Amino acid sequence: MIATTAAPPSERGAAFAAVLQRQGAAVVLVLGVAAAWFAFPRFGSADNLRDLALQSSFLAVIALGMTFVIISGGIDLSVGSVYALGGVLAAYGSRYGLVVAILLPLVVCGLIGLINGLLIARTKMAPFIVTLASLLFARGLLLALTNEGATTYKVGPGSALLWLGQGKIFGIGVPVYLALVLFGLGGLLLRRTRFGQSVFALGGSEQSALLMGLPVARTKITLYTLSGTLAGFAGVLTAAYLQSGVTVLGVGTELDAISVVVIGGTLLTGGAGTVVGTLVGVLLKTLIQNVINQVGTLDSNYQTVVSGAFLLVVVVIQRLLARSRRS
Amino acid sequence: MSTATLTRPDRARVTSWLQNYGVYLAVVVLLLFNIAFTKNFLSAANFRTQLVQAAPVCIVALGMALVIGTEGIDLSVGSVMSVAAALVPLYLGAGPVMVIVVALIAGVASGLFSGFLVAQLGIQPIIATLALLVGGRGLALVIAHGQLVQLHNPDFLALGTGDVLGVPIMVLVAAVLSVLAGLLVRRTTFGRHLVAVGGNRPAATLAGLPVKRVLIGVYAMSGALAAIAGVLSTARLAASDPNDLGLLMELSAITAVVVGGTPLTGGRVRVLGTVFGALLMQLVHATLIKHNLPDSAAQMVQAAIIVAAVYVARERSTR
Repeated sequence: MIATTAAPPSERGAAFAAVLQRQGAAVVLVLGVAAAWFAFPRFGSADNLRDLALQSSFLAVIALGMTFVIISGGIDLSVGSVYALGGVLAAYGSRYGLVVAILLPLVVCGLIGLINGLLIARTKMAPFIVTLASLLFARGLLLALTNEGATTYKVGPGSALLWLGQGKIFGIGVPVYLALVLFGLGGLLLRRTRFGQSVFALGGSEQSALLMGLPVARTKITLYTLSGTLAGFAGVLTAAYLQSGVTVLGVGTELDAISVVVIGGTLLTGGAGTVVGTLVGVLLKTLIQNVINQVGTLDSNYQTVVSGAFLLVVVVIQRLLARSRRS
Repeated sequence: MSTATLTRPDRARVTSWLQNYGVYLAVVVLLLFNIAFTKNFLSAANFRTQLVQAAPVCIVALGMALVIGTEGIDLSVGSVMSVAAALVPLYLGAGPVMVIVVALIAGVASGLFSGFLVAQLGIQPIIATLALLVGGRGLALVIAHGQLVQLHNPDFLALGTGDVLGVPIMVLVAAVLSVLAGLLVRRTTFGRHLVAVGGNRPAATLAGLPVKRVLIGVYAMSGALAAIAGVLSTARLAASDPNDLGLLMELSAITAVVVGGTPLTGGRVRVLGTVFGALLMQLVHATLIKHNLPDSAAQMVQAAIIVAAVYVARERSTR
């Protein structure tokens, strides 16, 4: 433990570990894309790449909100149900015009997020358990709205909502642009605003954040509202894309969202993370799915096995790197 | 109205009483309500159905209670159930005993794996078991080729539908396991260590307790119990259904544990409370269904119960 030189190798190693921890997913993504491009002739086709981007965009919107929540040291298990609820509300609302189709899900889903935030901030209950309850609640609400899942609301063929999901600009789906814009805004919000600073401070140490006089409760309430609203918006996009509100959607989506956030280098313990990392995580997940589909002979169930194993590898590496940096 | 407000110490006493006995009170109230207002509730056949339906949740919740006692969480239980279910048809040819042994090995192995990640690598329980939740069901589906398999072996099906001295085997198994879990927590060194690890990990480490072994042990037990629940449920369904078996079971189990008064912050395990927590959730569900309220209402009520239970339990940690 004696520093002998100006730049001891252990320090360089630590810096390397830090870069790897933050950019590891990006490295794997680049390697994965290169390998897939080489191995599957169809992978590199413009059609396939556009599909990849479109498929990624829905989960990306949900994961954006989750990134904020996890950086703050919390977790939002309700997003899968809220996502499905948002889709059903959008399809239901589409008969009353575009404004209702978009606002109704955003308001209801935002409200569920707001209630999550209020309960978590004001009663000091664990985020995990509060959002678990709202997972059940949102799914119940969804079932009540659809006659226990028997009714499927369709988005009418003439509805302007459809463009949001199926429209294309320069051949690329509208949801892709929307997701990118939201990520841009999310990045700015996280890096350039007082709110973003509070989120990081909260994730670092809630005690310190309180002592620093940061608006801890207000930040938490905003965070969960944001997460609920984004999940609802992803539902709107999905309903527009599929032309209906699919009731069975979103089971386990919260776990997908958490996985991609963690794979993207955001620490589950809070205090560190990036929205770009999350985007990389989402792309990586879609890539894995795509590759397994391309292989064709592989049982599609391997997707979840690989996703689970991958999540595990990333978390273990994160953990080992964090440990090596500390020592 | 104004005179009815409780003073602070009164409120604390009420809360503390609710924390300790709320779940038993709730079960009794619901039973009385149903006996009075629900048609055909007071029959042996119905009680039997209620108990049989509560049994798998109860078995899984026992393991969950041990894990939560160490300030952990096990999200993988539903997937472990589905893995156990997927293995059943593969080994049924060798007899029910073989099926149980294989399922137990798979359950313990899954638990050891989670426990290793938590204890040795220091990965948060929620994420360590999340990986198995995601991957485990995939693995089950791969094993079963995504197929539901009908089962016809009468010896095996008896596990789900049979009786011993008039008590359904599922209920009997749940009862025996509950007693064993109670003894484990109250009467063994392992149980005392478990509570100490959950109460204050650094202190337990300093005191030289085998923290890692305790952690790995509770996840292994949780895995084993989930596997048992998986086998029993498969026998009851007379079908191996890795797609749907155990879906959202982690939520039901956590709910039963929390409603039963075990705090999520660890350091305390209430086995009897957990059993009653499982019974309560079953009764709530049955009450709503029997009064023609739809599944959706049942889910929303369940959500409200979780919040209420945790809200009540929360006061203990803040005091």
